[in-house]
Amino acid sequence: MSSTELKSKAAQIRMDLLRMIHGAKTGHTGGSLSNTDILTALYYKIMTIDPARPKWQERDRFIASKGHSVESLWCILADLGFFPREELATFSQFGTRLIGHPNNKVPGIEMNTGALGHGLAISVGMALAAKKDARASRVFCLMGDGEQAEGSVWEAAMAGAHYKLDNLVGIIDRNRLQISGTTEEVMGLEPLEEKWAAFGWHVVSIDGNDIDALVEAFEAAPALAGKPTLVMANTVKGKGVSFAENVPHWHHHVPNDEELAKALAELEAVIGSYTQEGQVQ
Amino acid sequence: MANKIPNRQVICETLVTLAQEDKDIMVLASDSRGSAAMAPFANAYPEQFVEVGIAEQNIVGISAGLAHSGKKPFVTSPACFLSMRSIEQIKVDVAYSGTNVKLVGISGGVSYGALGMSHHSVQDIAVARAIPGLAIILPADRHETKRMTEALVQHEGGVYVRIGRNPVEDSYESDDYEFVIGKAVTMREGTDITIIATGETVRTALDAQAELAEAGVSARVLNMHTIKPLDEEAIVRAAQETGGIITVEEHSIHGGLGAAVAEVVVQQHPVPMRILGIPDEPAIAGKTSEVFEHYGISSSNIKKIALGMLGR
Ligand SMILES: Cc1ncc(C[n+]2csc(CCOP(=O)(O)OP(=O)(O)O)c2C)c(N)n1
Repeated sequence: MSSTELKSKAAQIRMDLLRMIHGAKTGHTGGSLSNTDILTALYYKIMTIDPARPKWQERDRFIASKGHSVESLWCILADLGFFPREELATFSQFGTRLIGHPNNKVPGIEMNTGALGHGLAISVGMALAAKKDARASRVFCLMGDGEQAEGSVWEAAMAGAHYKLDNLVGIIDRNRLQISGTTEEVMGLEPLEEKWAAFGWHVVSIDGNDIDALVEAFEAAPALAGKPTLVMANTVKGKGVSFAENVPHWHHHVPNDEELAKALAELEAVIGSYTQEGQVQ
Repeated sequence: MANKIPNRQVICETLVTLAQEDKDIMVLASDSRGSAAMAPFANAYPEQFVEVGIAEQNIVGISAGLAHSGKKPFVTSPACFLSMRSIEQIKVDVAYSGTNVKLVGISGGVSYGALGMSHHSVQDIAVARAIPGLAIILPADRHETKRMTEALVQHEGGVYVRIGRNPVEDSYESDDYEFVIGKAVTMREGTDITIIATGETVRTALDAQAELAEAGVSARVLNMHTIKPLDEEAIVRAAQETGGIITVEEHSIHGGLGAAVAEVVVQQHPVPMRILGIPDEPAIAGKTSEVFEHYGISSSNIKKIALGMLGR
């Protein structure tokens, strides 16, 4: 996909996830909107995957360590054909498999996540296995910044560097918000990039809502042989919906009818701007 | 009589009142002050509030250190993570070292509905029961939650408390009764069979008792708010006097209230027993009421089982 097609796709995914959350009357809106560009870059441009063969051994792996933001992932997997689009309407409903966290009963999901601080260790294991089997598979692990307060993140960070896992890419959705406020009020993280570097990772800091920058960073990894890469994706929580951006309570706020209409119109306009330029048709 | 006040809010209000006098009371949160309804405490007593971020092992360790220095820490964190992610800190730093830490697991059971097994807390009683010296309490309603919180401030030692997320219907008419840690409350006297419930399923047991009364069955209802130390005497008496026991809980059928009661019954006065709870599987996604209905944690199912046990 071209750069504008990717940007248009991200806007479409945001519209899909807002409709889905609105319909279900539950969901983690803010964190899902913040990581949509990261997932769009990975799933439509970077990762080697095949929706027809979700368990194909040579595939790249994606682990949503911040599993609460599963909504963008459900919409992307449906859009790519891992499961029927109609199933999105069952999100969070009684008996569904599309629950509020990644669930590996659904094709395209590797592992069940949702308890924060698990994803990176799992990813280290997967990257280690790929090395041992001499497979080209890469492993991408998306973490929250609030999640960095879990000690298990740092245990895994140490192991990733120790085993020289240059097929491992950690991504932090650095939106600077968690539930109770800003990360720096709740449990200060700075200087976060220096911490990862000190743990032996190659750190790249970018605008995490800029698809071109994301694609460039992921394509460049590993920049250094024998080092895992940490992409510090500086994002905006609630990105793409003006009134949700940087507002803590949108972490799990559900849009009402009016808010949905306003948000969809804003995203519609984004898609329109790309179409008008004649770059997407 | 619809109650709109969740138990977590009652805990906060009670602590806000008590902390006025008692400067040693401290509340800790793990990016969970909103879900624990503890924001009013944090605002009223910023000096008695500690935020640790998303770090459940850390919150228990820090609390043990505070308690060691004479503070009375109340840790508030989602029950699923507090009970299991930090279990080693609970075992060693709280129970083994004998520190005075109150662990309040919020949004327990299947309160988190469609968030799935990672967020359900239906193994916590089993895990906590295995730790020597740790008390376990599940209050039934807002009245009991108030009396329990007052008792916790007085009590010295490690306690794991589990409450749900949403308001529950009252089981008591008021908070004017004696709450003693370790002593079951006989909510209804009865002679034909005993229903033992804990936490928010006490209301379900009371509803079943009423339905059974209409069918001519006299059911005793015991509120086993403290699962450890367990009121063995009340259980043995129920076995002797009513000849059959049904337990009800928002927990796995393995290792919870039912298992604890069965251990007493089978060793001290064997009678027929049935254990109602969540089967040994990741609980189905849905609202608490939908999940309960699906697994037969309902007054109508308790009634059906009771009638079956009585051969009617
Ligand atoms: C172990 C664990 N503790 C607590 C939670 C509850 N929880 C879910 S999301 C969240 C905040 C996450 O913040 P962050 O990692 O910054 O993610 P984002 O802001 O991108 O949504 C918390 C505390 C959890 N899911 N897992």
